[in-house]
Amino acid sequence: MFIDPHAHMVSRTTDDYEAMAAAGIVALVEPAFWVGQPRTFVGTYVDYLSSLVGWERFRAGQFGIRHYCTIGLNSKEANNEALAEGVMEWLPRFAMKEGVVAIGEIGYDEQTPLEDKYFRAQLTLAKELGLPVMVHTPHRDKKRGTSRSMDVCEEMGLDPSWVVIDHNNEETVRETLDRGYWAGFSIYPSTKMGNARMVELLKQYGGDRIIVDSACDWGISDCLGVPKTARLALESGIAESVVRQVTYENALTVYGKSGQMQASDWLNPPPIDQRTLFEGNSILRGGRDPLIETPARHRCDSLHGDDLLIE
Amino acid sequence: MTVTCFELLRDWTCRQALDQADWLDERYAAFSRGANEQDLHLFLGLAPRRLGKQDLILSSEDLALANLAYPGWNPSGWSLDGAARVAALLAFEGPRPFAAMFQDLVRTADAHELVTLYRGLALYPRPASLEFEVGEGLRSNMRAVFESIVHHNPYPRDHFDEHRWNHMVLKALFIGSGLGAIVGLDERANAELARILLDYAQERWAAGRQVNPELWRCVGPFAERVSAYAALQRALAGTPAERGAATLALIAADTPVARDLLSTAPDTTALAADGRLDWNHLTLQEAA
Repeated sequence: MFIDPHAHMVSRTTDDYEAMAAAGIVALVEPAFWVGQPRTFVGTYVDYLSSLVGWERFRAGQFGIRHYCTIGLNSKEANNEALAEGVMEWLPRFAMKEGVVAIGEIGYDEQTPLEDKYFRAQLTLAKELGLPVMVHTPHRDKKRGTSRSMDVCEEMGLDPSWVVIDHNNEETVRETLDRGYWAGFSIYPSTKMGNARMVELLKQYGGDRIIVDSACDWGISDCLGVPKTARLALESGIAESVVRQVTYENALTVYGKSGQMQASDWLNPPPIDQRTLFEGNSILRGGRDPLIETPARHRCDSLHGDDLLIE
Repeated sequence: MTVTCFELLRDWTCRQALDQADWLDERYAAFSRGANEQDLHLFLGLAPRRLGKQDLILSSEDLALANLAYPGWNPSGWSLDGAARVAALLAFEGPRPFAAMFQDLVRTADAHELVTLYRGLALYPRPASLEFEVGEGLRSNMRAVFESIVHHNPYPRDHFDEHRWNHMVLKALFIGSGLGAIVGLDERANAELARILLDYAQERWAAGRQVNPELWRCVGPFAERVSAYAALQRALAGTPAERGAATLALIAADTPVARDLLSTAPDTTALAADGRLDWNHLTLQEAA
């Protein structure tokens, strides 16, 4: 049983949902993000946020996966001031919606003054609303950008135990953990973190406050990043309790602080939950015939053998 | 003087809200004195957090009162937070027309909230002005959202024109949603719908697919006008539920040809006459 606490499902197919469910993912967190090109109207951003709390949640529910999200203005689009001002007006309303487990993903991209301004404004909002924060750390100038993100969180009076610093690597993890934050690792091919490297980090740091996610999105990425890492870790001799911490429990603990996410949501769902549009553990409702050989099953073969590695 | 829908919702939610009852009652009162929309948004966000999402507990007397306050209104299946949200909307006296505010609420609603907002449709002020948002809800691919308008909700009966009504029924069949919970299904039956449904049934049969037998309920009264006898005869030879449905449809048709056809199905005709077969109990097992 896994949680993928960072997955951009608006960019993924039903095949992915099937594969994730078949691989044991019971819940996921979809952070509001940059969809690959800038939005140029406030209204398109608003409709995107609305799709995170509405349509995408429904889509996940059809596959028996509980969908949560984070609400925020991402660092790239914070650089369009007119857009950013407009979006900031709508954010509090969306942040109060059900299943919103954090403000995020927010932080720095190029570390501009506008990025800084809206990062701080959103940290204030998170504090006011009593929500955890998911911080996206920059791809470039990563080490300093990560330190600065934590400096600003502290300046704004946030409790590190309410903040996930995501996209960590070998260079940033020590400081992140030492300062009391949750350390997210995105198992994302080529650019962020590979799962063999992740296993080494688990050997070194154990499982406390470490969170593994896929960050799967519109790029070449793997929605099975969490289960594949779990499998590889177990095969490499990492204790089952540690694997469970980093692929399930830690995410639940920190995002559960929102009051919007609890294990009973997926462990004990009503058979058909009409009011929350969750179809329990069956994707076969609605007249679909059971498939003998599903794509999901093929995909789950990648949990064994050569395809297990994400580099 | 009859009690209003708002008063019923207020009483039901406050009595179930335990330690939140004072907060809830005070909010309703503040909204009815006039408030800004931000206060309403905050309330809508807090309602599930403070009250919980459990079922609204209603007795049979409560349901009878609901039906008196608004004929056809059936709040069974509502949640506590949902009822409080609708009550707040009914109480709210804001700066803008209700329809403008409602549009904004729908635009930002989460999935659960959409269901709640649509369930209250018939009770809102100037309900006809909400037509556009209702259309959006009907077009939704989220089945629960569609059903929040279509099932146990008197709004379609009272406000849909024939075209929209007919397409609602057809979509319900398309997505495998039942017809029995549509308020006013018999009242709003019409020849055009019967024609559409007959075509639909024949298209399904041609493709080797099953037809939801509830469909014949909308065809029966117009069987003669839309030439549905051959199709009903086929249904009469089908599954137990189809036989039951065809029998009831032919009884509703009440024509000489229909009576001839019924004479070939004496068992189900007798069950219907005894009241052991009806649209909620289409098969012998269920009716027995």
